[in-house]
Amino acid sequence: MEYLIHLAILFVIYATLGVSLNLVVGYTGLLSVTHAAFYGIGAYTTAIFLTKSGVGFFSSLVSGIVIVVVISFLVGVVLSKFKGDYYALVTFGFNAIIFAVFLNWQNLTNGSLGVPGISRPELFGINFANNFNFLILALIFFVLVYFASRFIVNSSFGRVLKAIREDETAIAVFGYKTLSFKLVVFIISAAMAAVAGSLFASYITFIDPSSFQLTESMFILAIIILGGLGNLRGSILGALFLILLPEILRFVGFSSDIDAQMRQVVYGIILILLMLYRPQGLIGEYKL
Amino acid sequence: MKIIETKNLVKRFNGVYAIDRLSIGIEKGQITGIVGPNGSGKTTLINLLSGVLKIDSGEIVVDGTEKITRILPHQVFFYGITRTFQNVRLFEQMTVLDNILVVITERNIFSSLFEKHIEYHHKIAEEVLQKVGLWKKKNQLAANLSYGQRKLLEIARALAMKAEVYLFDEPFAGLFPEMRKIVSVIVQELKQKNKTVILIEHDIGLIRELCDYIFVMNEGRLLAEGKPESVLERKEIIEAYFGN
Repeated sequence: MEYLIHLAILFVIYATLGVSLNLVVGYTGLLSVTHAAFYGIGAYTTAIFLTKSGVGFFSSLVSGIVIVVVISFLVGVVLSKFKGDYYALVTFGFNAIIFAVFLNWQNLTNGSLGVPGISRPELFGINFANNFNFLILALIFFVLVYFASRFIVNSSFGRVLKAIREDETAIAVFGYKTLSFKLVVFIISAAMAAVAGSLFASYITFIDPSSFQLTESMFILAIIILGGLGNLRGSILGALFLILLPEILRFVGFSSDIDAQMRQVVYGIILILLMLYRPQGLIGEYKL
Repeated sequence: MKIIETKNLVKRFNGVYAIDRLSIGIEKGQITGIVGPNGSGKTTLINLLSGVLKIDSGEIVVDGTEKITRILPHQVFFYGITRTFQNVRLFEQMTVLDNILVVITERNIFSSLFEKHIEYHHKIAEEVLQKVGLWKKKNQLAANLSYGQRKLLEIARALAMKAEVYLFDEPFAGLFPEMRKIVSVIVQELKQKNKTVILIEHDIGLIRELCDYIFVMNEGRLLAEGKPESVLERKEIIEAYFGN
């Protein structure tokens, strides 16, 4: 049971990351490969505040959001100068920079040794050290992120985002400052990733830079491409699929000396096949 | 009264003049034709007027007062200008209805999140889609429309803006006769409402029928201007257009 709750918590955290990234990639058409950076900043802020300053989880979570909002604003301003493949490359570079900061700012992040001893939240006498309670907490945050995202994509603002995805010049001619729309959705998405980061740090109780590498951004991107771009429920489905798939493959019965590698191979093949035969993802509405 | 003027407007691509010191004035409330052979700079002119391309030198004067040497695409709306594109540019993976609604909703980010005039915007969308005969297809994706329907949707999108100046870049090209009639009626109705239409068109018959005034361009320069019935009779115009 504990194992299932563990998987459920991971699923909820990655679904939060997927839903938030879908706002930028699926709805606005901006291929961002930097979500793990904001996820990491949220996680490190929570970890550092909880272990070094003694403030509570919720204050550290809010601090993480504020820091991510400021950083994503600056990054977003730089990104506004780029489009298409160049945009993706710049986000790639930003993720690399943030990873380097996590790894090398020893005094703050403890470098590759990571930050241990991160406490679990406690609120109104409820101790979230219990994994089931933590799952409920993670679900509450996920529901908030999901409904906020749904509100955004169903609003006129969301319609403009989709138009930017389809033809940015055309929608600009009709009087929309597309740079502002792109910047705002980028910041909102990053702030949501910070929430997921805070939850992750507090849940795992130890973080190090390896959790926030470029590969993590690629993994979150794979979740939304697989589940479906431009469809919030697709992000949930993608997270469910990618979190559960390695676990299911444990039971396939590869010999013990190669099972870990074989799981990766099968996992890769399934992704390739899905992209070959269903490029819009499982329930997606938009193809990259 | 001139609603738009260009003064010594210049646009070069890799050193080649697409628009070469062009000075023209567009009268308010008229249908003005821009004609000329392919590559004469007609679409480049529309792209400059709508901010899609940057002006190299010269200026655009709007309403006789606003002098513009640099115009960004999103500012065009605030000058009361809207347009269609030579190669149809719709929001392909959005519905027909959303293609209209998206251009008439709030420009301000906060207001667009908390839209207040949804019913009014739907009414405008219905009105323009009925006009071009696409209301019944409102829930279809734009990508699934036929070429002619796509052209009509683009025109409906421009109409929904309720602008003062309409830049129509070859709106009749590739349309069936009944669709051409719809567009022709729309253009004439705009004139009746004292709106200004700038029409790029190759069909000389339509130019004669619809336009009050025309500018003939060749190699980025103004070759002639005047009433269509007089300009289109001139020998040098016929030669520029049809060759010897």
